[in-house]
Amino acid sequence: MSNVTGEVEQEANSSGKIKKFMFINRKAPYGTVYALEGLEVVLISAAFDQDVSMVFLDDGVYELVKGQNTKGIDVKNFSPTYRALEGYDIEKLYVERESLATRGLTEANLVVPVEVVSSAELSELMGQQDVVISF
Amino acid sequence: MLHIVNKSPFEKTSLDSCLRIAQPGHALLLIEDAVYAAAKGNALEPRIRSAAQTLKVYALTPDLEARGMKDAAIEGVHLIDYTGFVDLVAAHESVQSWL
Repeated sequence: MSNVTGEVEQEANSSGKIKKFMFINRKAPYGTVYALEGLEVVLISAAFDQDVSMVFLDDGVYELVKGQNTKGIDVKNFSPTYRALEGYDIEKLYVERESLATRGLTEANLVVPVEVVSSAELSELMGQQDVVISF
Repeated sequence: MLHIVNKSPFEKTSLDSCLRIAQPGHALLLIEDAVYAAAKGNALEPRIRSAAQTLKVYALTPDLEARGMKDAAIEGVHLIDYTGFVDLVAAHESVQSWL
């Protein structure tokens, strides 16, 4: 039995196609649990050696804003975790330019280096994915 | 009357509805994701500034701090803590929460 399992695993590792996964974040960090749950799923996905990218769109750009201090609301501040993504080889972080502009934000307001893209560029990237997961 | 809004103005229309219905002299308190409306430079800034001419506009400081928005608060928006929140509710005869 263990032999069979071993063969299956080996096959998945050697011939399994690496897929392009895109995680789309569209929610502000503390008003709902989506942002934190999305981040946790991305971290888990890192264990599967896939081609992962993250997109911050609409209120999702607020997840990356510098200077968050959640002491007063007694909730975990998970914004520093975005800085750890690089250590999990998750380096493709895209932020839509229009979403930043509507909120009066610039790249300088964000906790991590990102690639700021236009809606058209984002649309193109989205079309290239094997799997798109939305939070 | 006190109006409380807790949703992001970019995701829900509750702040819009509130500003349409609120009467001069009423109070408006922004909490949770609605505090993003009180940040300078966002697309809602002119509406908040004009609302602040006729309404007393407040925002909850702990919610602004959590979101990294405290330093961006628009002048004319009064920042209050949880005690101030309680005082505000106690001071108004009726409260409408725009959920």
